[in-house]
Amino acid sequence: MRHELRMIGALTRRGLNEILRVPGGALPGILAPTIFMLGMAAVFGRAATLDGYDGVSFLAFILPVGMLQGAGFTGAATGVNLARDIERGWFDRMLLAPAPRPVLLAGIVASASFRALLPAGFLLIVALALGVSWPGLIELGLAAVLVMGLAAAMACYATLVALRFRTQQAAPLMQMGSFIAVLFTTAYAPRELLSGWLGTIADLNPVTLVLEGARQGFVGDVTWAVTWPALVSITCLVVVFGGLAVRGMRRQGF
Amino acid sequence: MRAATVALARRALRNSFRKPQFLAPLVVFPTLFLAINVGGLGATRSLEGFPQVDGFLDYQLASAMLQSLLLGGVSAGIAVALDIEGGFFDRLVASPTPRAAIVLGRVLAAAVIAVIQLVYFLILGLAFGVSIKGGFAGVLCIFVVGIVAGTGFGALGVLIALRARNASTVQGIFPLVFVVLFISSAFFPLELLSSPADVIARYNPLSWIADGLREPIAFSGDLRPVLVGLLAAAAVSAASIGFAMLALRGRLRDA
Repeated sequence: MRHELRMIGALTRRGLNEILRVPGGALPGILAPTIFMLGMAAVFGRAATLDGYDGVSFLAFILPVGMLQGAGFTGAATGVNLARDIERGWFDRMLLAPAPRPVLLAGIVASASFRALLPAGFLLIVALALGVSWPGLIELGLAAVLVMGLAAAMACYATLVALRFRTQQAAPLMQMGSFIAVLFTTAYAPRELLSGWLGTIADLNPVTLVLEGARQGFVGDVTWAVTWPALVSITCLVVVFGGLAVRGMRRQGF
Repeated sequence: MRAATVALARRALRNSFRKPQFLAPLVVFPTLFLAINVGGLGATRSLEGFPQVDGFLDYQLASAMLQSLLLGGVSAGIAVALDIEGGFFDRLVASPTPRAAIVLGRVLAAAVIAVIQLVYFLILGLAFGVSIKGGFAGVLCIFVVGIVAGTGFGALGVLIALRARNASTVQGIFPLVFVVLFISSAFFPLELLSSPADVIARYNPLSWIADGLREPIAFSGDLRPVLVGLLAAAAVSAASIGFAMLALRGRLRDA
């Protein structure tokens, strides 16, 4: 077990090293959600004057969306990096290592979880600088857990896609998955303001619960009634996509 | 020169259709954004200052078209950068092909792709209940403004590729497309934008082009916004093609 944990740690460090060694590679994952958050707030800021937003600023409302988007992009980037490793043959060499397939996956996914804190932290600093109120440590901790969880789930999904197509050209498919998962929710407006079809999709989309859980600290108080569905939802997402990714990894090399 | 331009445009189009993974995002991403904007922010029509329109989709369709045309420009730039990286560009320069045709061929292809993008969004809009207020003449106006704008964005992509010389740098401008688009009145009326976005949007040519595309769709068909939009699109095209020619000349001088 200790050996396996060391292996996961090494693979996680490899993923995190990329941030220091190729900082340009991490930049789009930070810039894209930041531009999105600021752009949306500048364009649709007046929407927050509608009934339903409860007087919360649009920037505070959309900040958790940006954080989850950053997590989604990070998860997708993990899949693209894996596809690159497959193309260059590094993944084949990794498969020869005396490590179970789930351990290899855990290392890849753990690095995505930690990397997702970078865009989330940057977005938080920008939002605080622009007047969003400090949510509190427990609220931030909850948001961080949900961001890391979504990054893990999206990394598992992107791994599945990378293992299936084995090329970086599948990147749009990985990005689109996280894009749809995060935005077809109550991302832009409270549930009661969504149009019928989007409201139905948001009700069925488990990421809506994750978003509401991450958002609650920025727009009001944290309540257990919103927190537990968010935690259950993110756990289910990680278990389902993780299970599928493990199955995909076990099929490699045979 | 005309034959070379057409031949290079046909090559560019054939390559685009052979790699649908590059072509699909031009319509898929704007379609998703359009769906989310309409479904999520439709209630903003009740805000004071929002113009009278039949539906939020009527208002947002022009922004999706503009977004798609801008992505078309990025795609054209990536294609040129890949030609440079792959060595095709050098072989082209060594052949007796007129220099201008290298730029114009790619720009012509961008114009053809712009037609496809506009047709797609018009069909999408009509399928979901948009009625083009300007009628047949309005549809023609949309095509004229959209094709000229798409040509200009394509030339802009070529210009950036000739300067950057690699695909990853051109790809890096993708987020900038959204910055420029967000600080325009493409998505929301100018009067309802937050400061300082409203001040910048007032002088952003994309605002004028968006208004030129939107007027025949959502409003009665005042010709003034269409002409202003066309003028802005023509200015972007003329400047982009001119600078792309200069960039090509500079690149050949360096070689």
